[in-house]
Amino acid sequence: MWIFIIAELSVFALLFLLFSYLRSSDSVTFLAGQQTLHPQAGLINTVALLTSSACVAQAVNAVRQNKSAAFGWLLLSIPVGCIYIVVKLWEYQQLVRQGFDLDTNHFYTGYFLLTGFHLLHVVLGIVILGFMSVRLWRGCYLPSQISGLESGACYWHMVDLVWVILFPLIYVIH
Amino acid sequence: MKYESQKVARLYFIAALGLFVGQILFGLIMGLQYVVGDFLFPAIPFNVARMVHTNLLIVWLLFGFMGAAYFLIPEESETELWSPKLAIVLFWVFLVAGVLTILGYLLVPYARLAEMTGNDILPTMGREFLEQPLLTKIGIVIVALGFVFNVGMTVLRGRKTVISTILMIGLIGLAVMFLFSFYNPENLVRDKFYWWWVVHLWVEGVWELILGSLLAFVLIKVTGVDREVIEKWLYMIVAMALITGILGTGHHYFWIGAPEYWQWLGSVFSAMEPIPFFMMTLFAFNMVNKRRREHPNKAAILWAMGTGVMAFLGAGVWGFLHTLAPINYYTHGTQLTAAHGHMAFYGAYAMVVMCIISYAMPLMRGRIANSNKAQVAEMWGFWLMTVSMVFITLFLTAAGVVQVWLQRYTDTPMPFMLVQDKMAIFFWMREVAGVFFLGGLGVYLWSFFIGTDADAARDNAKVLAKVSTKVREESTQETARA
Repeated sequence: MWIFIIAELSVFALLFLLFSYLRSSDSVTFLAGQQTLHPQAGLINTVALLTSSACVAQAVNAVRQNKSAAFGWLLLSIPVGCIYIVVKLWEYQQLVRQGFDLDTNHFYTGYFLLTGFHLLHVVLGIVILGFMSVRLWRGCYLPSQISGLESGACYWHMVDLVWVILFPLIYVIH
Repeated sequence: MKYESQKVARLYFIAALGLFVGQILFGLIMGLQYVVGDFLFPAIPFNVARMVHTNLLIVWLLFGFMGAAYFLIPEESETELWSPKLAIVLFWVFLVAGVLTILGYLLVPYARLAEMTGNDILPTMGREFLEQPLLTKIGIVIVALGFVFNVGMTVLRGRKTVISTILMIGLIGLAVMFLFSFYNPENLVRDKFYWWWVVHLWVEGVWELILGSLLAFVLIKVTGVDREVIEKWLYMIVAMALITGILGTGHHYFWIGAPEYWQWLGSVFSAMEPIPFFMMTLFAFNMVNKRRREHPNKAAILWAMGTGVMAFLGAGVWGFLHTLAPINYYTHGTQLTAAHGHMAFYGAYAMVVMCIISYAMPLMRGRIANSNKAQVAEMWGFWLMTVSMVFITLFLTAAGVVQVWLQRYTDTPMPFMLVQDKMAIFFWMREVAGVFFLGGLGVYLWSFFIGTDADAARDNAKVLAKVSTKVREESTQETARA
């Protein structure tokens, strides 16, 4: 799992570097592009992902201590995570309506590729959370037998870690 | 060998090696044509020699993969092959179709061949590597479907293992991706776009699954390492191969008219493509270091480690050399591509086929492994071919650098043909290395005819006896210590 996470993070790291390099070579286009984004939506999404991640962490702790609250926490993380998907799709819709897409210029290529990949990771994460909830409901995770749950939780934390870097990089930094 | 029906693999392996010889001969012919332009003209023009060279490569590797699957699947599934008869019929269909196609290339002008074989009904010909006439393409689909059906039924009725599942995914993928060779849009950009779905998604997608599973199978057999350990490695390798390889297709979409975002996708994902190959090298060496038995077939172990290293160098390192979009801007379609293609195909696919042949062929001839003398000859073949291929790659790389320097990365670019003249020295050296390669192939083939069954049995018994004495000594020492 750690090898997988390192591989994932390196892909994102390469994309971040590429994005930063292109911005330094064409800051005017990038600044203009940034102003068409919706930082409030980004902020909502940051809060949503961090909250969802916190729920998962609570769930893991609860399973470790054999508490029954675990299932509730894990289940709660799913709708909170879905907020992200809804908001992100709304943002895409706004941008596409204004006539921006993957091919408009380097800024939008970077924006759509980076956030698009991240969105796919969120969707996969939600599927994993759902799968783990079912397993938890069936009592497959015990305090001594928790590595599957921990791996899924690590993946979910990685997804919000990537967002925490992505958000300031694309939305905030001038 | 546990199952009688595994023996059909032998036919496939023999055909594969026969076609391999043909491929190398035509390679030498066209290698010479690079420097002596009218050599064998007009009997065998350069474009025909090239077509035969590349098509034979693909066909012999397909024979090798099929043979490997016919050997591996029954053993993994612990049951006889669903229908050995079907395997034999398909073998002859494929061989006859393949030979007729090659003869067609050699004896009939290509345009005439296209007319004769119904290219006007569904135009599919004239594209690099997919030059086969429509009839041959349909034949390939039928053979592939029959083959997948045959091994698929075997898997379904027997034990299901990770290795056989991954091999099946690879083989089904191979058959499915080939279907894109029937789609030939008029627009040249779209044509190339989908053409890569066959070429790239084969060699940097599904074939890597086949490579991984064949390597894993041989490693389980010759090292005796636990299946669970091998399977974990295989999962990681396959995941990395698909994550990087599928979107890595983008590295072919630079500068051909595809949208610009492919430069991002292609650069980033294909920059990671060396990872699965590096993991394969680690995998092979780790498993051999952790081996729990001394298998008498040392040659197969050498091929297994060799394919890991050479695939990483050829596919991984030489691929990475020119995979980033800003670099590829200068190197696109130069001799650097040829250098990469040669070492990658040899290191990843030719070597893994020879690896499984090296392991399986003695078993099908009723031996655990060949005699010492035969194995030494085989290893000579290994080193001669591998070292020659390293030199072919280095000389082509040098030629490519000269080409980029004089024709691309300069304010005063020289014309194409003038630059070709400047590269002649490297083409000559490449040709010499190619002759050594042919020599190595000769030694390799000769090794099959060295030593009798009795020699093999005697040499194998020696290795096994040495191991059991060692084990006994170790256990005595342990008892003494206790």
